[in-house]
Amino acid sequence: MLYREAGDFKTTYVADNQTFPLKLDRIGFWVTMAVAWLVIPFVINDYWASSLLVPFLIYAIAAIGLNILTGYCGQVSLGTGGFMAVGAYACYKLMTSFPDVNIMIHIVLAGGITAMVGAAFGLPSLRIKGFYLAVATLAAQFFLVWLFNKVSWFYNYSASGQISAPERLVAGVAVTGPSTPAWAQYLICLFFVTVCAIIARNLTRGTLGRSWMAIRDMDIAAEIIGVNPLKAKLTAFAVSSFFVGIAGALFFAVYLGAVEVGEAFGIQKSFLVLFMIIIGGLGSIFGSFAGAAFLVLLPVALKWIGVDVMGWPTDLVAHFQLVIVGALIMFFLIKEPHGLAQLWRLAKEKLRLWPFPH
Amino acid sequence: MKMKKLAAMALAGTIAATPAMAELVIPDLSYRTGPYAAGGTPFSDGYQDYFNLLNARDGGIGGEPIRIVECETGYNTEKGVECYESTKGEGALIYQPLSTGITYQIIPKATVDEIPIHTMGYGRTSAANGEVFNWVFNYPANYWDAASVMVNYLLEENGGDLSGKKIALVYHNSAYGKEPIRTLEELSAMHGFELSQLAVDHPGQEQKSQWLQIRRERPDYVLMWGWGVMNQVAVQEAANIGFPMENFIGNWWAGAEHDVTPAGAGADGYKSLNMNRIDASLPVFAEIQSLVHEAGNAAGDGSNVGSVLYTRGMYAAMLAAEAIAKAQEIHGVSDVTAAMVRDGMAALEITEARMAELGMSQIGPEFSVSCENHGGSGLGIVQQWNAADGQWVALTDYIAPDDSVIDPLIAADSAAFAAENNIEPGCL
Amino acid sequence: MSADFLYGIEVVINGLMAGVLYALVALGFVLIYKASGIFNYAQGVMALFSALTLAGIMSGQVPFAHLINAIFGTDIHYFGWNVPVLAAIILTLIVMVIFAWCVQRFVFRHLVGQEPIILFMATIGLAYFLEGVGDLMWGSDIKTLNVGLPQGGSRFVEDATAGLGGDDFFGFFIDKLDMVATVVAIILVAGLIAFSQYTKQGRAMRAVADDHQAALSVGISLNFIWVLVWSLAGLVALVAGIMWGAKSGVQFSLSLIALKALPVLMLGGFTSIPGAIVGGLIIGVGEKLFEYLIGAPYLGGATENWFAYVLALLFLVFRPQGLFGERIIERV
Repeated sequence: MLYREAGDFKTTYVADNQTFPLKLDRIGFWVTMAVAWLVIPFVINDYWASSLLVPFLIYAIAAIGLNILTGYCGQVSLGTGGFMAVGAYACYKLMTSFPDVNIMIHIVLAGGITAMVGAAFGLPSLRIKGFYLAVATLAAQFFLVWLFNKVSWFYNYSASGQISAPERLVAGVAVTGPSTPAWAQYLICLFFVTVCAIIARNLTRGTLGRSWMAIRDMDIAAEIIGVNPLKAKLTAFAVSSFFVGIAGALFFAVYLGAVEVGEAFGIQKSFLVLFMIIIGGLGSIFGSFAGAAFLVLLPVALKWIGVDVMGWPTDLVAHFQLVIVGALIMFFLIKEPHGLAQLWRLAKEKLRLWPFPH
Repeated sequence: MKMKKLAAMALAGTIAATPAMAELVIPDLSYRTGPYAAGGTPFSDGYQDYFNLLNARDGGIGGEPIRIVECETGYNTEKGVECYESTKGEGALIYQPLSTGITYQIIPKATVDEIPIHTMGYGRTSAANGEVFNWVFNYPANYWDAASVMVNYLLEENGGDLSGKKIALVYHNSAYGKEPIRTLEELSAMHGFELSQLAVDHPGQEQKSQWLQIRRERPDYVLMWGWGVMNQVAVQEAANIGFPMENFIGNWWAGAEHDVTPAGAGADGYKSLNMNRIDASLPVFAEIQSLVHEAGNAAGDGSNVGSVLYTRGMYAAMLAAEAIAKAQEIHGVSDVTAAMVRDGMAALEITEARMAELGMSQIGPEFSVSCENHGGSGLGIVQQWNAADGQWVALTDYIAPDDSVIDPLIAADSAAFAAENNIEPGCL
Repeated sequence: MSADFLYGIEVVINGLMAGVLYALVALGFVLIYKASGIFNYAQGVMALFSALTLAGIMSGQVPFAHLINAIFGTDIHYFGWNVPVLAAIILTLIVMVIFAWCVQRFVFRHLVGQEPIILFMATIGLAYFLEGVGDLMWGSDIKTLNVGLPQGGSRFVEDATAGLGGDDFFGFFIDKLDMVATVVAIILVAGLIAFSQYTKQGRAMRAVADDHQAALSVGISLNFIWVLVWSLAGLVALVAGIMWGAKSGVQFSLSLIALKALPVLMLGGFTSIPGAIVGGLIIGVGEKLFEYLIGAPYLGGATENWFAYVLALLFLVFRPQGLFGERIIERV
């Protein structure tokens, strides 16, 4: 009753091919957009922006990127942290070398540079598969972190090796640097998330997306029916790294403002983003958002419940956090191996029949 | 899921909106979990126990009770930012961020929010220039001071001449570990010793290559900027290759009990810097035992009293409390704000008479802070590990750094920061 | 012989020794992967957990003391006794067997037949869980692990070889702990091979590794075999934990040694015990030698972490199934 596709007729191909073919989905989409763009910016404060919403949006971009590679094209990657670092350092070098160019352009360019690096590190995927590839991408992770730490050109020869984002304006409002208002920080991330999600959604529905999925399901079979594995795998690496690079640039410039490569873009980051897409759901854009939300909000919520409500010592709460997150991951996998996105699909199924399930 | 999310959001919203009470709010960004927990726990215990002592003995500072808000960072930058944002709304007076990454994060934020930061012997070294970093204080000493104190100590040992000596620096390959390099390079040019640098990648579990290299090159001295598991492994490996431990000197974050105990007797003779003296017989510890621990208010399990990092945490709390008292004196109100605490920090003066009065005679050097100089005197002592007794023994009195080397470096680095961020240097 | 050449040999010897330590960690991965197709990310945390348990039992620590104290307001930390090493090791092994049973009963039994990536994820969840439980049980401070292993360079080897080079050569440096580790690793591998060749359970284990369905049909209990391999992996983790923990004390970072084992696995193949050993030796020698010849003099050092992976990667490009891995045959 509540969610149905019956009665939603299309009379043109354009209507049939739109991003959200169902009217209900469209309404849901526009309501979400309206809340995100028109309501939240007016009520947001520093705490909400820096603790929850901005990291959530940035991780959502990274998760979409990795989901394209892992969920759609089936290539498991543990190099996400390294690629985010490429985005961050590219953005930093561009920001400091060309201070007059708009930061938005820098962020997109940073994504482009990451795409090239990603495609280069994607080359071994033509030979290596499965877990061997996952471990091989760790080579990218460790090498890139070492490189950014070692070559002082990347951090403009600063004494400590940290990079910090200078203040840059978009339309007269600071979006990087300390005096950025919370809503500007939020809006710039929201802008990139929206654009990335729409691009990803449409790419995965098109020829390219279908060739990725063919490779994922069985690469030899795909090759036989005429999918070029070289092109499919490398484009998947490139597009995925483009998104991850943008996420890295935003992570550095907008969210943290100053990073140290080993600490911010270490191996834990690669694992974190991978967890997001697996918990959210492989091969689902919605799943990327759900997974990012889950892993950003859960620790904060657990900490809040433990420390502020129950009044427990902070270290006990932190230990319990690990236990609970670990147990939840296992519980989810046992109950629903296809992630939150599958739960959502099941919920829609239920809603379709509600209140007469028989 | 939806419900949980909503509930969490609604709840989180209410904390952020809690109004400041008429009490002194001190956040403690501790790290009692994660890879560096062994260092974070005693520091945080000491920091909290001292404030609890003030509450129990004096009813707070100037009659205002102190409320400690502990927030677990796990030494992780993102969690640190979350902690900063969630505690600043409660009227936080002073931050002690306790990690290089978190410090760099909140320096710009706290400057905009006008809350002072005290980075005691860590963080951004050039913050010693108070005209550029109005809200950041790093007294009593910083890393560049530490490098210079080490070299001065070695000069003293060698009759003022280090020319032709070989000194190796083993450092954690991160922002923190790279701090002393520039200073040591300057000093090496000045005193004519040969400096070789050996980077150890995080986490530092495997250091065989570095120590084989040291064994081959046989440097006269090894200096170390280590942290976490790197310290324990380095001490063990140095003992393994038979390097004379008395020629192996760590900085003050590589000189706590847990850094040397895993190596057992092999660690005997290892030296490290310290910015505060270790003395378990100080009267203040007895007071903490009787007024805080026996009242059941101990911050941790109470086992760390008197250890190196516990003492340092307590020392940090004492400096914060003195700054708050100074602020109350300057502004004539007891319910001070963060901006007033900054004024108190900028006018802080620590004398031996005051330290003795507080029951911690000689715990730190005498120093005074001014608007221009936020770095204190930069003095440090050298201590040595005695494995048989299981304690650190101070070898020297406070040694002064070579300001003629460090001051120009600080001026240059802070000027670069000011230029990058359009800061007009000057006092507030 | 010139000193530089001799030092090169010294680096190779130490690389081999380090390789043995890497192989010890990698062995645990191989055991589980072979028998159940699970890529066990939690192996590193298992090493940490078993070493923590051993250190905790030896010093008579009360498990969950911090939690108990926080809830009941008590103040207990130690039982006040010290358990002898051997008894503590046996107790720890019992804990690891119970752990293996729980893992099998509550997690992987419900995940039979899932895709490998799902199983991998579950072990990541397990890693988090175990790390949290380890912290809760034994606290997060650094524990000294003293099981009586010798430490330090061997004087004997050093003195015996000091005359080989000129004045610049000080003799070979070989860590006694590494020598012990090598011996232990040889015994362990020999034991594992003997077990899998000559015992009923060992043969059943190999049968399961070959084909689950066929093994089931001849009456082998998969559940039992999986508990068995997880217990064996627990034993290997304990040995690795003792060796690494003796060097650095038992602390959180011990779980990161898993990262050292991954390139070894790539090289040696996920399914081969000899592969893990040979892979470990190649990685150990390769990374130490690269650091000695190229990394430290020209690249500023600290190259070992990534070079191990690059070495394995280059190798894989030419041999995608690893050194001893089963040949990958793909059919449409």
